[in-house]
Amino acid sequence: MPIHIIDRRLNPGGKSLENRQRFLRRAKSLVQGAVKKTSQERDIKDVLEGGEVTIPLDGMHEPRFRREGGTRDMVLPGNKKFVEGDYLQRQGQGSAKDSGPGEGDSEDAFRFVLSRDEFVDLFLDDLELPDLAKRKIAQTESEGIQRAGYTTSGSPANISVSRTVKLALARRIALRRPRKEEIEELEAAIAACTDEAERAELVAELEKLEAKSKRIPFIDPLDIRYRRFETVPKPVAQAVMFCLMDVSGSMSEHMKDLAKRFYMLLYVFLKRRYKHVEIVFIRHTDRAEEVDEQTFFYGPASGGTLVSSALQAMHEIVRERFNPSDWNIYAAQASDGDNSYSDGELTGLLLTDKILPVCQFFAYLEVGESGGSAFDLSDSSLWALYERLRNSGAPLSMRKVSERSEIFPVFHDLFQRRETAQEKTAP
Amino acid sequence: MTERLFEGADWDFHTLQRITDACEQVALKDLGLDVYPNQIEVITAEQMLDAYSSVGMPLFYKHWSFGKHFAFHEASYRKGLMGLAYEIVINSSPCISYLMEENTATMQTLVIAHAAFGHNHFFKNNYLFKQWTDADGILDYLDFAKNYVMQCEDRYGRIEVERTLDAAHALMSHGIDRYPGKKKLDLRAEEKRAGRRRQHEEEVFNDLWRTVPKGAAKSRSALSIERRRKLLGLPQENLLYFLEKSAPRLAPWQRELLRIVRHIAQYFYPQSQTKVMNEGTATYVHYRIMTKLHEQGRISDGNFLEFLGSHTNVVFQPEFDDPRFSGFNPYALGFAVMQDIERIVTKPEDEDREWFPDIAGKGDVMGVLRDVWANYRDESFIGQFLSPRLMRHFRMFHLHDDPEERAGIRVDAIHDERGFRRVRRELARQHDVGFIDANIEVVDVDLSGDRRLILHHHVIKGSQLNETDAKRVLQHLADLWTYDVALIEVDAKDKVLREYVVSPRPIPAAVA
Repeated sequence: MPIHIIDRRLNPGGKSLENRQRFLRRAKSLVQGAVKKTSQERDIKDVLEGGEVTIPLDGMHEPRFRREGGTRDMVLPGNKKFVEGDYLQRQGQGSAKDSGPGEGDSEDAFRFVLSRDEFVDLFLDDLELPDLAKRKIAQTESEGIQRAGYTTSGSPANISVSRTVKLALARRIALRRPRKEEIEELEAAIAACTDEAERAELVAELEKLEAKSKRIPFIDPLDIRYRRFETVPKPVAQAVMFCLMDVSGSMSEHMKDLAKRFYMLLYVFLKRRYKHVEIVFIRHTDRAEEVDEQTFFYGPASGGTLVSSALQAMHEIVRERFNPSDWNIYAAQASDGDNSYSDGELTGLLLTDKILPVCQFFAYLEVGESGGSAFDLSDSSLWALYERLRNSGAPLSMRKVSERSEIFPVFHDLFQRRETAQEKTAP
Repeated sequence: MTERLFEGADWDFHTLQRITDACEQVALKDLGLDVYPNQIEVITAEQMLDAYSSVGMPLFYKHWSFGKHFAFHEASYRKGLMGLAYEIVINSSPCISYLMEENTATMQTLVIAHAAFGHNHFFKNNYLFKQWTDADGILDYLDFAKNYVMQCEDRYGRIEVERTLDAAHALMSHGIDRYPGKKKLDLRAEEKRAGRRRQHEEEVFNDLWRTVPKGAAKSRSALSIERRRKLLGLPQENLLYFLEKSAPRLAPWQRELLRIVRHIAQYFYPQSQTKVMNEGTATYVHYRIMTKLHEQGRISDGNFLEFLGSHTNVVFQPEFDDPRFSGFNPYALGFAVMQDIERIVTKPEDEDREWFPDIAGKGDVMGVLRDVWANYRDESFIGQFLSPRLMRHFRMFHLHDDPEERAGIRVDAIHDERGFRRVRRELARQHDVGFIDANIEVVDVDLSGDRRLILHHHVIKGSQLNETDAKRVLQHLADLWTYDVALIEVDAKDKVLREYVVSPRPIPAAVA
């Protein structure tokens, strides 16, 4: 009997992928909830690492008619001391379990592992960048090259050997060019031949064949093909993200931490949309400077507070390095809301005239001390200013945050896919 | 002294070929097994998980529940809560066995002997499998099912198809014919029939007929209850079959989906009835083959010890008070009975002659075993061949737990002269799927009234349906039936214990 032994290990994996996607689609809202909950407990560094989530089983049930209760009879192994007619005390619920471990139906929650991509997708699924369309027309387009079939003319460097040989072969077969073996065979036959007449016949044939193979070249210029390339316009896929932060003495470590979390989320989010994302860190007291990340978050600084200095710095950097037609510009500003009252007018002017016209999005995050509710405090000077600007039509997004756990909801809130362009007022 | 099949733990495909040839020789010559042609496939752990989620079959239609199972298995596998099986074997011709690539050479030998010869012989010869499954056609049928479901999704939308399949899955355990009908299942013909049905519908479709005025409805009272029940084939315990044939408002493709689910349930029905025997047979066969190979010197002592280690784990039966205990281990019980039969046939004692006059001392072990494997299922097998000696060995006892009984759980019988028969009867009953599944049947349809479908659950020993699940299943049933469905739980004296009534959901725009 023949036995087939087959190595299936090389078969493409992921046979269950589609079933898995169907499952995730069905459980989407549940999984999304779980993802948000999980991510709140995590550090920002690995917030989007994927991993285990637990969802309630509602809607994921596969019900069956199951019987329960009633009189039960069991046969068990391992009797040690019982004799017929003994009575055993019931302990709580009885000892026999009847749910199989593979079912999961008996559990209230269902745990499984999400991959990183699935996690990020679900996490950012209902978020969208505002004004993504604004810049689209203005986007300069660089040219890229892409393969586009074959052509009969071109530079020798682009000869496609395989295509050329294939065509040559087809032509040789079609025109019946004698093969090398045929000629060799004939030559051997001539060498071995003793009969003159037959020999002459063979020689004649050989000449005919040789003539034919001369007439029909091995490779004809007709056969030659070149790889063809086409130039295609490629949209700009780069963005720059400005992180502006007040680092004056009134900003505590907690506030900086809140800001950092927000920036990181924004970064991950942008990273998903654009191939290339650059970050510029600008910190300011009463003067602004561009710094590296380490200094930005942890470097010591002291002084008063002039928000306009940061905006001015950003404006200059944009002018020098990030041409708004080449870059999608995003800015997020974090501050405790202090600003010198004398600076308000300048700040407003800079923002409306210079900054907002070039930005895709400008978010202002007012961070507060943990425990201190942002709600009952009277509005800070910066908040009041921005609110006024927004009411007069400037496209500003602004939120107040004081707890770590609020970062995700706020972020989510800011980037929610919305039908109405108008934002709700801040909570 | 014959050549060793392999040394150490390494193997390659030549080794597998040699192992299979050697096993085959023992299986066919010494044990006289009769098997389907074998196809052995080596797979990775991930592919094994894939197979787990589609009930072990190499191809299956797509459904979210398989994704759920996959996610569940994967999570527990990653955490190390669950080991994977060494093999999966499929009742098909050729008989496909999947071997894990991680297995050592010894394990591969064990697995080939176990699956490719043990299970294979059982699949080919046991009467239940012969009667209910079509090994030649199953893979083609699954292929058809997969494509059909896909086509339906294209034509009628994924959500619609998913809803029908959800409902069908919920009723799957009640989509089985328990008694043989007049003809054997032929899955290949099934596929062609489905195609012809569709073609016929398309050919004879004529929109004009819709507009032809219909005559006055015939007097309904003419249908007596008896006649009505007869026309509908009632009572009917195969709910899926009943819906497929009689549900008033299902589209043809929905009926076909119910049919597919029903056929697949039927295909697995024998497996659930022969767990103990199937595993017992395979374990007995691998034990015999491995021992023989070792005797022949084709497996070294070291490798044989490795085999004995795994074998002992497989047939380990924890006692009832052991934390590892979760019921009888079908491998342990099956193997023990098979070995016991071997002993009774070759070296019977007086007790055995009294209990098993037909086989005691008969001498031809394989003849007797082959006959047993062919003609029994778990329930009759245990009821017939569990010997007093084995009951003593396992120290079996029977507990009777009546919630009404204040004093506690009664020990009804133990492994003594008075108890042997009762313990055995009870253990046999526990392996009877007829007792395990709820006994639910369609008894009537109110054709003249609101078309309510009426089902009865015959309650045995006071064990009623789990309420949440029952409501959910009935919801699915009502959605398919499209009118109200009532389920009445009655006890042996026809006293009504409980009544469920469920109305169909309006067809929602999107799935909940």
